[in-house]
Amino acid sequence: MAGSQSAKLERQKFFSDPIMVSTIVVLIVFLLLFILYPLFMLLIDSIMVDGKVSMEVFSRVLSMERFRTAFKNTLVLGFLVGIASTAIGLLFAYVEVYVKLRSVILEKLFNVVSTLPVVSPPFVLSLSMIMLFGRSGIITRSILHIYDSNIYGLKGIAIVQILTFFPVCYMMLKGLLKNIDPSLEEATRDMGATRWQVFSTVTFPLMLPGLGNAFLVTFIESVADFANPMMIGGSYDTLATTIYLQVTGAFDSTGAAAMSVVLLSLTVILFLIQKYYLEKRTAATLTGKATRGRMPIEDRSVRVPLTVFCSIVAVFVTLMYIMVPFGALFKLWGRDYSLTLKWFQYMMKTSGLEAFQDSFVLSFIAAPVTALLSMIISYLVVKKKFRGKGFIEFVSMLAMAVPGTVLGIGYIRGYANGLFRTGALQQIYGTGLILIIVFVVRSLPTGTRSGISALRQIDKSIEESAYDMGANSAEVFTTVTLPLIKDSFLSGLVTAFVRSITAISAVILLVTPDFLMITCQINEQAEKGNYGVACAYATVLIMITYTAVAVMNLIIKHFGTSRTVKEED
Amino acid sequence: MKTSEKKGVLLEHISKIYIDPKTKKQFYAVKDMNLNIEPGTFVTLLGPSGCGKTTTLRMVAGFESPDEGQIYIGTEAVNELTPNKRDTAMVFQSYALLPHYNVFDNVAYGLKLRKLPKEEIHEKVINILKLVEMEGMESRMTNQLSGGQQQRVALARALVLEPGVLLFDEPLSNLDAKLRVTMRTEIRRIQQKVGITAIYVTHDQSEAMSISDQIIIMSKGKMEQIGSPREIYYHPASKFVADFIGEANFIPAKVEAVDDVFGTADIDVFGEKITVKNHINVDAGEDAFLVIRPENARLSDKGILKGTVSLSTFMGSYQYYRLRVGDLEIQLSDYNPVNRKIYEVSEEAYLDFDPKAVYILK
Repeated sequence: MAGSQSAKLERQKFFSDPIMVSTIVVLIVFLLLFILYPLFMLLIDSIMVDGKVSMEVFSRVLSMERFRTAFKNTLVLGFLVGIASTAIGLLFAYVEVYVKLRSVILEKLFNVVSTLPVVSPPFVLSLSMIMLFGRSGIITRSILHIYDSNIYGLKGIAIVQILTFFPVCYMMLKGLLKNIDPSLEEATRDMGATRWQVFSTVTFPLMLPGLGNAFLVTFIESVADFANPMMIGGSYDTLATTIYLQVTGAFDSTGAAAMSVVLLSLTVILFLIQKYYLEKRTAATLTGKATRGRMPIEDRSVRVPLTVFCSIVAVFVTLMYIMVPFGALFKLWGRDYSLTLKWFQYMMKTSGLEAFQDSFVLSFIAAPVTALLSMIISYLVVKKKFRGKGFIEFVSMLAMAVPGTVLGIGYIRGYANGLFRTGALQQIYGTGLILIIVFVVRSLPTGTRSGISALRQIDKSIEESAYDMGANSAEVFTTVTLPLIKDSFLSGLVTAFVRSITAISAVILLVTPDFLMITCQINEQAEKGNYGVACAYATVLIMITYTAVAVMNLIIKHFGTSRTVKEED
Repeated sequence: MKTSEKKGVLLEHISKIYIDPKTKKQFYAVKDMNLNIEPGTFVTLLGPSGCGKTTTLRMVAGFESPDEGQIYIGTEAVNELTPNKRDTAMVFQSYALLPHYNVFDNVAYGLKLRKLPKEEIHEKVINILKLVEMEGMESRMTNQLSGGQQQRVALARALVLEPGVLLFDEPLSNLDAKLRVTMRTEIRRIQQKVGITAIYVTHDQSEAMSISDQIIIMSKGKMEQIGSPREIYYHPASKFVADFIGEANFIPAKVEAVDDVFGTADIDVFGEKITVKNHINVDAGEDAFLVIRPENARLSDKGILKGTVSLSTFMGSYQYYRLRVGDLEIQLSDYNPVNRKIYEVSEEAYLDFDPKAVYILK
């Protein structure tokens, strides 16, 4: 019937391209095995007891006081952090886009604030928070002479998470604000609205879906965060830490599986709302490109308070990062502030070198795999038509909503005894390979998302023309697509590397004594109270990631597409 | 496979079905297209947007698959071939030059894929750049080129592969008006020189007229008429074609008698009797339209139809009128107004035309 012949022909054309077909098959198998299967096993574990469907595990978990508190704690934290991060992010974005910044230092500071959280390990802020405001904190003990300060708990986690996640909101909202056509605001201003009325009746309503989007993204990040609650949470347990303790402390992995299902449902639902409802609305309200530059706000009553607030936050964040190397250089935090290298020496004498080597090598292998994989996925999703495309896109994006802890438990339940407990693929459990796979899966969504947006900007006919001149899919991908998105590829490469080397949540559950991970070492040393050593590790780690990003920027500057374009103008 | 011989293109009962994204209903984007393009001819698909012309072209290129029918390029049935295996080369609306390559590498791209020896590639590229008058620009990056130059590179890139059929998808629509005229002459010159078969898609009728051996007028997925530019203009087969190509006034008429020996028909227009050529074979007693092109009629103090001038505008090279006759508004373009009286609005005037320059349609 109608449409059948073209479908048949498309199929034939599709299968006449063996490289593409096998790539797609390999991709689908990878996504099934390492994303869907482990999550599926968690579900099975929590609803099957001795081969029968039963609610036993769930009811056991739900009756735990600890679990109920953790669930409530997680939600409270998520809301708090989501709202505060979005608000601060909006202020920063607004100041950057609308208000004339009067000094270069401020602009630099904004820049630092937006890049630091990208290159730093997730728990660095917790570490410096403790060093600044903890019992022996510089500010609390040495300056204010408070000897019983308690930074642990909700307040600590919330502050740290807000400072970690608001830059993400800032970057997201900045992009949106730039897309608002200034003439809309000029028109309302012209009709007699005050600056505040313009903001509340035009800018804010236009931003609303985008703000919702930023809120949900932060909410998910906060709920999924493991490292910070672990380090600064004290007795304030969240779902992520409770799950971890359920496995490592209570050795109850089915209970942990059930808790993971709860946490996963929470993040996935939020993710679906964010992806399929808010993201579309954001795009729908803000499609217009700004036609002209915007006249920056010069009004002192607006400029001064906003700039002052943002500067304080920015200085505070910068200060917290500066704390880390000092923490490693002082003899005894809180008591003796003379400089020493003993923490570094101690680090190198113990397992330091090995940890850096293992972390570095595994991340170094994972990064190119992730970058290439995410570019291939983006290419297939944006440029090709085939059955299973929706599946590939959905699953690789879904990974974004899977908290690391949940993925870790999933791998334990799914691979410790092999596939479906048959022993197949059991060999990879406890090896470096499974750690590499975890790294890849954890960084895949970010890479794919940036790849997709880079590819969407390339006119479809450029690839069609190459295809028309006789190139097959693989040739089009290597000679046209990849060179055109090499900036995106390169930044995907570095982002994957940075994310991998700073990852902890899933890794801490899967790592065996054969491999020492820097992040696990930091966590261990911090738990023992050896902040000097923890800081020494963190300092070196930040240096590694910062170097990686700097090298990337250098390469992009010299060989990237933006430069070639600029030169030839 | 790709060869250097020029090829014909045959479309047999080609249909393409799309699904309307809003109503989810299927509809024919192209319906039962039958077309035989002789080797070496320049054929243009012309029609308003959404008429299926680009879809047809993309089916020939292989980017879309037909739902019914078979496409032949030369003697080969190509339905199952992907674009890279078809003997066609396409010039895209956006030029689609590879932005990370310079002019030379853009043109050499397809040759490199065919693994030709380096010297041969170099020679071919230089020769073809000479043909499109772009020699000396080999090392320019594409974003250093003007629109017209990019168009020349896109054309060279397609020609250098010596395809059996050259495809053009509205290649001039991004250029300014003057450059469009220059480039269409260039495209025609090069096509004639190489002698290649070309299929050209455009919605611009003057472009189609000036460039083509044959024009195919399309509307709503169907072929309305095929013919030389002259045939299409002077003997449109339908009201749609007459209206789409040039401007036309349709005046209701009744066929009184037909003369099969001379091939003429006597018609009654608002009570006036006119004898016109009967190229669409009407019969006596049928309703028909008298079609008058605005440039083929003028206002006069005596003539066939009497009306009132409702608009009189100076357009530079001509005086533009509208004449109200009953319920009708007839448009006229008087290209020689200096020698004639200029009529003003609300003056009475007669419509005057040469019966040889008008025709009837059903």
